[in-house]
Amino acid sequence: MYYLYIATGFALLLSFIISREKTFQAIKIAVKRFAAILPAFVGMLVCVSIVLFLIPDTLISHYLGKNNVTIGILFASFFGSITLMPGFIAFPLCGILLKKGVLYMVLSAFSTTLMMVGVLTYPIEKKYFGVRLTLLRNIMSLFIALIVALMTGIFFREIF
Amino acid sequence: MKPNDSVKIAGLSVYILFLLISFYYGFNPGKEIGRNFFSFSLDMLKLLPCAFILIGLFEVWVKRETVEKHFGEESGFRGYIWALLLGGTTVGGLYVSFPVAYSLYGKGAKLAIILTYIGASGICRVPMAIFETSFMGIKFTVIRLAVSIPLVILSSIALDDYLTKRKYRTREGK
Repeated sequence: MYYLYIATGFALLLSFIISREKTFQAIKIAVKRFAAILPAFVGMLVCVSIVLFLIPDTLISHYLGKNNVTIGILFASFFGSITLMPGFIAFPLCGILLKKGVLYMVLSAFSTTLMMVGVLTYPIEKKYFGVRLTLLRNIMSLFIALIVALMTGIFFREIF
Repeated sequence: MKPNDSVKIAGLSVYILFLLISFYYGFNPGKEIGRNFFSFSLDMLKLLPCAFILIGLFEVWVKRETVEKHFGEESGFRGYIWALLLGGTTVGGLYVSFPVAYSLYGKGAKLAIILTYIGASGICRVPMAIFETSFMGIKFTVIRLAVSIPLVILSSIALDDYLTKRKYRTREGK
């Protein structure tokens, strides 16, 4: 995180030394772009706060721990798609679930959809890339996650 | 103001009112939603200003030709490697990579490469992958990356093909 601040500060300083005008122009663009997307971000944050309340970790562990593999994977991809979690929460959670006996392939479906499929980021993605691309990308990502889960299952000898 | 906007503003007002009442009367579900909102907002406020300043600098300093050369139609296979590297080092995840991808696309990057970048920023961020191995083991991470990266590239190319044939432009209908 600090590297990002240092890098940004350094880039800004360098830019300022080379051209004051261009730097101000850059900051103007930054502010304008940020303001343009801010409503979508606020919308997302409101949804995130409610979804995380409705789907707490305990609920996720409850459904992922079910014995049926198919149902486990379906629930995992569902939860992964509709929630948004930073990695530093998601992976410790996966680690705990693993110790509880949840299959690798179920956790793979969960973590991959968590990272690639964004129902909550939909308003932001739509604003930049339009509805069509957003829908297609997310559907494709869901399929990729299912294939990854399947392969994980095969390699860990959880299926076949 | 569009009617859609007033609905959003009304929704947001109800939300804020609900949080205020919850905190005042100690309604626990409301308090928890409020705490979720603040912790996530804080996380994003730490990242977004930097991300957008870098985007601003990128827009001002980086020439269109440079982007076209490395990320455009002519970049070939190397473009995808760049996209993977850039995605792997993007901090934050999807919500940061969307505006970055939009900037790149505006400067002439190929759609397939942009989509690869977005995918990579989700699945193969380096710090996250390292963190992942400590909880899930290296085998898990290696399988995940080895299967998903080729699939992301292939699906990006397929999506690009499909959308280019149908005359796709960003911000459709705007």
